[in-house]
Amino acid sequence: MRRKIISFFGRRRTWSIPYAIFLLIFVLIPLALIVYYAFTSETGGLSFENFRKFMQHPEAINILIYSIGVAMVTTILCLLIGYPAAYLLSRLESRMASLLVMLFILPMWINFLIRTLATVALFGFLKLPLGEGALMFGMVYNFLPFMIYPIYNILQKTDPNLIEAAQDLGATPRQVFFRTILPLSIPGITSGIMMVFMPVISTFAIAELLTINNIKLFGTTLQENIYNGMWNYGAALSLVMLVLIGITSLLNTGSTAKASEEGGLI
Amino acid sequence: MQQKADTNIITVEHLSHAFGDKSVLQDVNLSIGKGEFVTILGPSGCGKTTLMRLIGGFLKASEGKVTIAGKDMTLTPPHLRPVNTVFQRYALFPHLNVYNNIAFGLKLKKLPDEEIRKKVKQVLKMVTMTDYEERDVDTLSGGQQQRVAIARAIVNEPEVLLLDEPLAALDLKMRKDMQMEIKAMHKKLGITFLYVTHDQEEALTLSDTIVVMREGVIQQIGTPAQIYNEPINSYVADFIGESNILNGMMIRDCLVEFAGHQFECVDKGFALHEQVDVVVRPEDIYVFEKLDAAQFSGQVTSCIFKGVHYEMMVTTPEGFEVMIQDYNGFGAGETVGMRVKPSDIQVMKKERLYNTFEGTVVDESHVRFLGSNFECSDTHDLESDTGVMVRVDFRDVVLHDNEEDGMLSGTVSFILYKGDHYHLTVLTEDNENIFLDTSDVWDDGDRVGISIAPESIKIENE
Repeated sequence: MRRKIISFFGRRRTWSIPYAIFLLIFVLIPLALIVYYAFTSETGGLSFENFRKFMQHPEAINILIYSIGVAMVTTILCLLIGYPAAYLLSRLESRMASLLVMLFILPMWINFLIRTLATVALFGFLKLPLGEGALMFGMVYNFLPFMIYPIYNILQKTDPNLIEAAQDLGATPRQVFFRTILPLSIPGITSGIMMVFMPVISTFAIAELLTINNIKLFGTTLQENIYNGMWNYGAALSLVMLVLIGITSLLNTGSTAKASEEGGLI
Repeated sequence: MQQKADTNIITVEHLSHAFGDKSVLQDVNLSIGKGEFVTILGPSGCGKTTLMRLIGGFLKASEGKVTIAGKDMTLTPPHLRPVNTVFQRYALFPHLNVYNNIAFGLKLKKLPDEEIRKKVKQVLKMVTMTDYEERDVDTLSGGQQQRVAIARAIVNEPEVLLLDEPLAALDLKMRKDMQMEIKAMHKKLGITFLYVTHDQEEALTLSDTIVVMREGVIQQIGTPAQIYNEPINSYVADFIGESNILNGMMIRDCLVEFAGHQFECVDKGFALHEQVDVVVRPEDIYVFEKLDAAQFSGQVTSCIFKGVHYEMMVTTPEGFEVMIQDYNGFGAGETVGMRVKPSDIQVMKKERLYNTFEGTVVDESHVRFLGSNFECSDTHDLESDTGVMVRVDFRDVVLHDNEEDGMLSGTVSFILYKGDHYHLTVLTEDNENIFLDTSDVWDDGDRVGISIAPESIKIENE
């Protein structure tokens, strides 16, 4: 008996049991509930009513499209600002670089609601209007580190010999960048895009605070419905978003697998 | 001058380089002829890779001039130099397949696709990698990656091919095969090969010319036979092949004394009674039973069978130990006679006979050099702050196991066995070399304390 207990705890899979239970209670069961609610009408019983409501409701679809647009613009801005930053960081000598990376990561330790409230205060102090511009600023400000870090990680691990090899074979500094450095950093870029694009779609707090609830994102609609007890409709909207996120990550699967292998964030 | 440009593809003049305040190359001068196979040989940290990187353009020289194909290219960036490099760890582009790796340089030159295809196919055939075009470079073995790396460089038809320890990552068998292939490739292409290695056997096998380097300074340039048979100093003799290096003294032209005996030799032009280093290769000492025909004799202390020959250590009654390689083996304890042909004795000028340091007098009993104050018995009553040359004999430098026991500390950086003692080079913390003779056994890299007795410090007024 005693030997059995010891061998039970000695097995590696035994140690995964706590997490498996956690996963079941907080991920799998809620997911199943979302699916269940999404396909159930207010009165109970299987129905597609919630999805029909969503399709017939141009406002909700418009908000979804607008959210995707905001997420895309945020991602592009983060990439345009983040790539050069990551590139410069990766060129620095290691002590200086780790200090600067630390400075980039430091704001992440503060809760993003507090950071966003601070941004509201900052806009007020500078007498800048809240609205779409403030929303974009807040999004980029909040998600930029998620773009910089995976790209920096990949660039920093790039073998300097590869750059020298390209120079040796006749590449000008421009060609070195576009033919070696950029293609080699694609796993980092993909990882960064996923880390920014997907959370932005579902974020509502930033939109709520920085536009004084004037602009609604898909996350806002979702939250409002759940908040107002529209469980079934809210679950359906959640499912729409989950499918969307699922498709995005499927599109990226190949390069993401490589990115995590080489030290990207996901 | 025009004539020179035609025969020399690379000329390096007074080239120096330093990383921060650490000098890695000092006043290097080198001419490489068109079509030659030149090897830069030396231990790690001798500056050989730095020299190659300066020629490739990956580093900017602190001082000096690099001329390639008749043009001053000291400041030319790498992409404009007519050289291509095979990197130590191949540096193949992981995002490109074999074909695109090799075509990289040709595509940058904007050659027509058809021509690129033809050239890549040709070069793949040359490195026996036909049909590997579509393969991912990560799926290749080390030897195959090496071939692709060579193909990627030579497909651009450079004037000079630089190879930075290209075989270091391969196993012995593979290395031997690749050596032969590289040599054959050199013959076929007819371009200049500049090869960097720390492997003396590789250098001897491949090269037309070997450049031996040490601590950023070229020691000797010559053919493999010259380097092996006529090493210019004890360092080169020790680095290339096995050797017996002994202290000796020239009696007169063609007569040298070492290991307590006088030997005929073929070296001339030394001063009367000049102290010299003598090199005798282990295979050049003839060993036999009959003592009456011997120049000198000794007792075998060990005998190891090495396959082709026996390797014996023999100690002479005078206390010198020599290594002998011979087809006939003699057992430990046997007394043997030995002879050396005059032409097999290589006599070399000593680099130095004693340590000299720049110093200043502190007071009547102290002198400052190597960054420390030393007690000194005789300062000739010189005034304080007088600049002097301090002389310390090799025998008078004492090493301690414990760093704190010495007046300063250092690291053993080079050990030369001289038959009856060791000649050590110790690098102090201020990057100064101290040379000394000792009978104690130390290891390369040992941290030691260094002290010098007051009466051993001799002062010469400048």
